[in-house]
Formats: sequence, structure tokens, C-alpha cells
Amino acid sequence: MSSSKINKVQISTKINGQDYDLLIPPYMSLLDTLREIVGLTGTKEGCLDGNCGACTVNVDGRIVDSCLVLGPEVNGKDVNTVEGMATPEGLHPLQQAFLEEAALQCGICTPGFLVSAKGLLDNEPSPSEERIRHWLAGNLCRCTGYDKIIKAVQKASK
Amino acid sequence: MHPFAYLAPTTVKEAVEVLNKYGDKARPLAGGTDLLVKARANVWDLDAVVDVKNIPELNKINFDSEGLTIGASVACCHIYENEQICDEYEGIVDAASIIGGIQIQSRAGLGGNLCNGAPSADGICPLIVNNAIAIIEGPNGKREVSVDDFCTGPSKTILENGELLVSIFLPKPKENFGSAYTRFIPRNEMDIAVAAVAASVKLSPDKNIIEDAKIALASVGPTPIVAEDAAKSLIGGTISDELINNAASLAKNAATPITDMRGTIEQRKDLVEVLTRRMITKSIERARG
Repeated sequence: MSSSKINKVQISTKINGQDYDLLIPPYMSLLDTLREIVGLTGTKEGCLDGNCGACTVNVDGRIVDSCLVLGPEVNGKDVNTVEGMATPEGLHPLQQAFLEEAALQCGICTPGFLVSAKGLLDNEPSPSEERIRHWLAGNLCRCTGYDKIIKAVQKASK
Repeated sequence: MHPFAYLAPTTVKEAVEVLNKYGDKARPLAGGTDLLVKARANVWDLDAVVDVKNIPELNKINFDSEGLTIGASVACCHIYENEQICDEYEGIVDAASIIGGIQIQSRAGLGGNLCNGAPSADGICPLIVNNAIAIIEGPNGKREVSVDDFCTGPSKTILENGELLVSIFLPKPKENFGSAYTRFIPRNEMDIAVAAVAASVKLSPDKNIIEDAKIALASVGPTPIVAEDAAKSLIGGTISDELINNAASLAKNAATPITDMRGTIEQRKDLVEVLTRRMITKSIERARG
């Protein structure tokens, strides 16, 4: 069977509020689908095994590691990435707080942290520091350190 | 990733048919948090992954008079967000809340944790102490297997080619029942157990005598270990420090760990003793309410 041709699959999905019909290899991750097919390169590739959270996106209201989701799995689903956070009016409050608190250095982990933190604040607008730290345990940062990131999320909280 | 086809059947029958057709060249995809890591590492030579999340039976959480049935693809977040599960199956919730981080818990579930068969799996020991039954469908029909007997070696289970774990059944907890699970990890979150213990107890009506008990150990052997002698030593006993310490020491004897990057044999055996003591105590507290 390994010689049989593997056909691309068609999926319909909503990404940052916009409808997409995509033709993708069935074994392509959601991460690669976003970056290489849709051209949304805000979502970053890190460890590719679910440890670092750099590729975090939101699917139907839940944050997931997009490296551990296949593109075809989001057929019919609602995907939100870091590109969907700012509006023409300005940055999302979390993005503004990350800037003001200097909660980034190299920036590779930042989109993942932003999407994760948004997933928390969308449902719990006033989380405790402990809750924020627990929620963000699936996101790693190798340069800023976590205190500034936690402070930024607290600043964007109500 | 090595090319493979993506199949998304909507019935158990259809899933079993395709799994049977592909044999060891296909794997079911539930949360994908182990499967896609292994697929990327070319652990298997896959021709297809079979996404089972579109099959209603695998997505269901169902309570009836007999107990709780959790579909094999139900993610951890749906387990710990379910109030009735939190009330009745605390040991299971202990595990569902610490598997990976929030991103992993959105996808990973107990079914996949069980089928992945890792000796360090957080989800399996709590299932064991809750007397869980794996409901399996295959080319030859349905069979039910105690989770105690499900794992046969590291990443090895009793599942045959073509067989699909449909759900996990947990009998309704008896009166004065409590269960608990914990692991030791060097970090606070997002780590793999160096050693871990699940315990459950059922107490007498006056809540002073242990009428039934079960203890299971993770990450200290090639499969999760049911510490039978330790559990037996508790049954019929009046609750005391001596009773609990003795059971913990028997659990330590049941552990058969290896020394590896996560810990040494000695450390792991000592951890089993400490964690068993704590989990019996916690189960008793929970059973007393």
C-alpha cells in the first residue's frame, strides 16, 4: 500500500473570521497549513513535539499546539491565530501590554504566549497570578523570563 | 512527516473496517499528542491515520445507573470541566488536570493515553484503581478488558490490528469511596513522571475500616503496576499510620524501576513509598468527605 498515491484533501475552514477552501496534503500539520498554504507566518514552529507552545493557535475556543494537529482535522472549524488579534483600530490589549512591559526579546515565543493568554482572558477576564502561571505552563520562553510575561498578562486583565 | 492518508470514518464499524484493512500500517488518531510526535519521528511506517473524533460513541461522556462511560477520544479538558466527574472520580480528574499543559489537555484524552501504553502514563493508574474496563471493537466483534491487563510492555497493549478502543467504562463509585493520583516531577508542570501512584479505598459505614483498596504505580516498571500485596494489606484494617506505612512499604517492594535520565532505581523506589503513603491518606480523606 505504501506505493499507492496519496491524494490531497480539500478542507473548508474559517481562519481569523475569513472563510478558506484549501487543498492540502493529508499529513500536513495545521502549523504548516497556516504558514505554507495560507501564508500566515505569525504562528511559529518551535519544538514540533508539544512542549514549547510557540505554535499555539485557537481552534473552536480551545488553545492547541498546531504542530500536533493535522490540517484536515480543522475542516469545518474556527481557527484563530495571532494575526487575528489586532484590529485596524489598534493592537489587542495583550499585545499592547506585552510592549509596555517589555515582555519579549527575540519574539519567537510571543505569538504563542499571546494566543494562549487570550484563550485564558476570553473566558476568565480576571485570573490570579497562579492561574496565569498554570495556564501558560505549556509556553516556553528562553530569553525574556516569565515575570515580565506574567506582568503583561496581569496588565491586560480586568 | 512521512506521507500518509487521512481517513475520518463516522461509525465504529467503518473505523474497524479501515483499521483492519490497513493492519499495522494505520493508527487511530484521537488527540494526536503522542501519535503525531511518533509519526514525525517515523516510529511507524504509516499509510493512513484514522481520525476517530467524528464517531459519536468516541466523543461521549455518559452517566447511567451502572457508572460512567468516557468515549476514547474525549479530551482531558472535557473530563475536568465535568462537575459530576469531578465529584465522583477525583483520582481520574487528578490525572486529567496534569497531563501536559492546557494546549495538550484540549486534545489529549484518557483513551489515547491508555492506547499509547507508556509506562509513565498519568491516565492509566487512576483508571486501574477505579476498576476501569476498556470497551474494544474489532473485526471479530466487541470485547471488554480490564484496564489492569491492557498494557503488556512499553508502548505495547493487548489491542490487535484492526481493533479500536471505543470507550472506557468506570463503575459507579460505592459509598465512602475515594481515589487519588499524584506523580513526582522535578518541575511544577509539563513533565513526565519520575514515579507516580494512584490509590483508591472504600471505607466501612463508620469510615474507620478499609473494606476495599487498590494501588497502582506508574513509571516504575515496563507497564503500570498493580500493587496487589500493598492493597491487600489494607483490606479489613482499621485506619492507622502503621497500616498505611506498611502498605506503602509493600508498594515500594512491588516497584521494578530502571535507572535512566529521569531518576535512579533507589530514588524511584523511595518515591513510590512516599507517594503511596500520601495517596492512601488522600483517598481516605476523600472517602470520608
